[in-house]
Amino acid sequence: MPLSPLLSADALAANFTELKPPLRPQEALVEATRCLYCFDAPCITACPTGIDIPAFIKKIAFGNPASAAKTILTANILGASCARVCPTAVLCEGACVLEDRDEQPIMIGRLQRYATDFVEQRGLRVLPPPPAKKSGKRIAVIGAGPAGLGCAAELAQLGHSVTIFEKQTQAGGLNTYGIAYYKMKPQVSLAEVELVKSLGVELRTGVAVGKDVAVAQLEQDYDAIFIGVGLGAATKLRIPGEDLPEVVDALDFISQIHTRPLHQIPAGRRVAVIGCGNTAIDAVTQAKRLGANRAFIVYRRDEADMSAYGFEYEHAKHDGAQFIFKAAPLEVIATDGHVSGLRLILTHLVNGKVEPVMGSEWTEPCDLVLKAVGQEKQAKLIHDLFPALSVDVRGVITHDPLTGQTNVPHLFAGGDAGNGGREVVNAVGEGKKAAHGIHAFLTKQKAVPPVQPSRLGAKQGSSGSGLLKPIRAHELEAALKK
Amino acid sequence: MADLSCNLAGIKSPNPFWVASGPPANTGYQAHRAFEAGWGGVVWKTIGTPIINVASRYSALNYGPQRMIGLNNIELISDRAPEVNFREIAEVKQRWPHHAVIASLMVETREQWHEFVQRAADAGADGIELNYGCPHGMCERGMGSAVGQQPAVAEKITGWVMEKATIPVIVKLTPNITDVTMAARAAKRAGANAISLINTINSITNVNLDTFVPEPTVRGFSSHGGYCGPAVKPIALNMVQACAADPDVGLPISGIGGITSWRDAAEFIALGSTSLQVCTAIMHYGFRIVEDLNEGLSAYLDSKGMKTLADLRGKSVQTLQKWENLDLHWQRVARIDYDKCIGCNLCYIACEDGAHQCIDLKSPDELKVGLGPGRVPHKPVPKVREADCVGCNLCSLVCPVDDCITMTVIENGQAPMTWSNYQDRLAKGEMKAIPPHP
Repeated sequence: MPLSPLLSADALAANFTELKPPLRPQEALVEATRCLYCFDAPCITACPTGIDIPAFIKKIAFGNPASAAKTILTANILGASCARVCPTAVLCEGACVLEDRDEQPIMIGRLQRYATDFVEQRGLRVLPPPPAKKSGKRIAVIGAGPAGLGCAAELAQLGHSVTIFEKQTQAGGLNTYGIAYYKMKPQVSLAEVELVKSLGVELRTGVAVGKDVAVAQLEQDYDAIFIGVGLGAATKLRIPGEDLPEVVDALDFISQIHTRPLHQIPAGRRVAVIGCGNTAIDAVTQAKRLGANRAFIVYRRDEADMSAYGFEYEHAKHDGAQFIFKAAPLEVIATDGHVSGLRLILTHLVNGKVEPVMGSEWTEPCDLVLKAVGQEKQAKLIHDLFPALSVDVRGVITHDPLTGQTNVPHLFAGGDAGNGGREVVNAVGEGKKAAHGIHAFLTKQKAVPPVQPSRLGAKQGSSGSGLLKPIRAHELEAALKK
Repeated sequence: MADLSCNLAGIKSPNPFWVASGPPANTGYQAHRAFEAGWGGVVWKTIGTPIINVASRYSALNYGPQRMIGLNNIELISDRAPEVNFREIAEVKQRWPHHAVIASLMVETREQWHEFVQRAADAGADGIELNYGCPHGMCERGMGSAVGQQPAVAEKITGWVMEKATIPVIVKLTPNITDVTMAARAAKRAGANAISLINTINSITNVNLDTFVPEPTVRGFSSHGGYCGPAVKPIALNMVQACAADPDVGLPISGIGGITSWRDAAEFIALGSTSLQVCTAIMHYGFRIVEDLNEGLSAYLDSKGMKTLADLRGKSVQTLQKWENLDLHWQRVARIDYDKCIGCNLCYIACEDGAHQCIDLKSPDELKVGLGPGRVPHKPVPKVREADCVGCNLCSLVCPVDDCITMTVIENGQAPMTWSNYQDRLAKGEMKAIPPHP
């Protein structure tokens, strides 16, 4: 049967309210006051964009949220979306020292939202205007996702002229199209795009580089190029029935929640999600919230192996999602040309490899199958656009992690296209680092980001804002104990 | 169970906790409620010629979400007729014969003082407290702190009272004076039986940054109010000890100033108080707080093997010495317990920017403390340079973890030497001057 919407607009609105509502002023004050105002705080070190977290929290505690927002946006132009979508439990909040005093960590994400909402709702401009005197250098940014926006904003603030090329009709990338609706509405992302534009960045949407504009043209018109093209389409399952109309990429499924009224979205009554990463969790919970009687995840490995964060797993279980571990899809079954079931087989480990258990096949009835087994790397696109660019075995662009520079000196990379798929905040941080790399490349001057007051005079060690990978303190500690 | 019964210059109460003269002691109704809750005494809101109050009257100092760590008021003495107050005192005494009711008085002339002292005694009050402390309103009319700030005037008026008094007389002292012992000595010379301190401190708690008028606001203006509550405790303790240690005072003391918990109470007693008066904490939480005061103080005395309040009274008075009698050779240094350290580095930055630059941030790998405090790998960890540590305490004060930074005594083998000793030995040529700190 073809799918149709299941719930009323009111029921859907209730199901898709925000998971974490904004803090009220007094809640924010009480929470901000709990912050110890650590010096050279671990939360700063854990943030890939190195926001001076204790400083902004102190400003909230003393009733100056606009100034708090300035601290946030200076370090991270996408501070409003990161406040909502960051896996704070494994980043800043995971590093909060209060946990070592047997207390809940500070709700850094929600405080960050409080400050950024404050200026957004009032239309306050807190960032200083970019330098009036331009450097005369022009940079092209390919892709208006978090990495491209982070890079463009930083470059504009350094006095360069920046143009972003985005093939989609709207900018923002994953933030606009791919975040679970109960975490963030696309409007937040679009407001951030406006913020970047207000810094003087030119944005050309609906323009695919290589199709609508030639790379040669870009190389002629611009002094450097930042490649922030992210990842490609969902990885194929390579099983029969994959081409049926109700077999959908999980990211496309999430995207339509952002682009259509909720009550017009065709919903599955029984939904199977293949894969068990964070996108799979977003897909299965939203399938439930669209009205599915049953929504389940199929994962070929065990609970302990899933790449979804623990808190995401808990959230999905709380939403009533079910999990079928150690099972692999064999075939999507159709009735009258529409999905009616998913043929599965149990798996087990043989010498560390996942192998099917012969004779264990069975069929789970379902009317919608969502694919969330990862996204294809953009190796082919990258090769087509920039044949000289070096790409590693994973299919991501090889680059200097500190400067974003690739093997081609005027080409820089960051975000998922350079890291293979990480968090939004990693992409912003990498875009920002690449901006400083580009600035150094073009001006032969090192652009040093301003020293944050909370780190002023910190003795240099291996600590420093913007780590190369997120800190998962608990995991590291467990590893150390072993 | 320790015996908490209290006797201040002959005024007896089942425990040392009295409701201080103020809004909670305004009526007989409140006195009944206080005694029902477990208070040992009530010092009636000051009785005099009835006044007229303004709206508003109070303002507070908040610290973060903590409300009212300090309270300011511009309320005057009782606005009720003296005959009503004295009648209610008599009624309360009738119902609570073993509890203390003290009449706080403030009038002007010798004749008025004589009259009011007599009426208090006639009402059955156990004692009289002379309000020489109110720092607002009444002082403009030559009463309250206008009296307390001039020892000669206080002595004279106390003399008038003593001419007539048949029940114990307590003189309440204002802290708005350079040396509180001058006023206490005046009370002693005039023959008073006890002193109580401190009254409220002149204050402005805050300024409204939109209207530019401080609170409490009365049609666009404010007035200097009397400050009290937890924030004034250190000032009160200092003055109580000064009076307790002064041989020329030698009067029993009723301690007042920010008492909120049994611990505050025990500190006031250790510095020489006999009874204790509480107002702001009641204004914040109600009379019910006396349960913790009684039970906590009793449990504390038991834990120290003390049988009565007298065993604790004044135990700390002599530990306060002139600075010149402190040992210059005694040495303490800060030591950090890395099992407790959470890695906030507040000790580091406090020492670095606010004290004597004796803490380094070191790699935890170098210190062999595993992942390091804060659980972030390789994150720098504070390490005290003991050779440079001056033992100032600041790091241990800012540390947010109990018992993480300990100030540890270092035996340096040097015999004790106070500043006085040092000056003597220098004068006698027994030693050379100690070179200044580099």
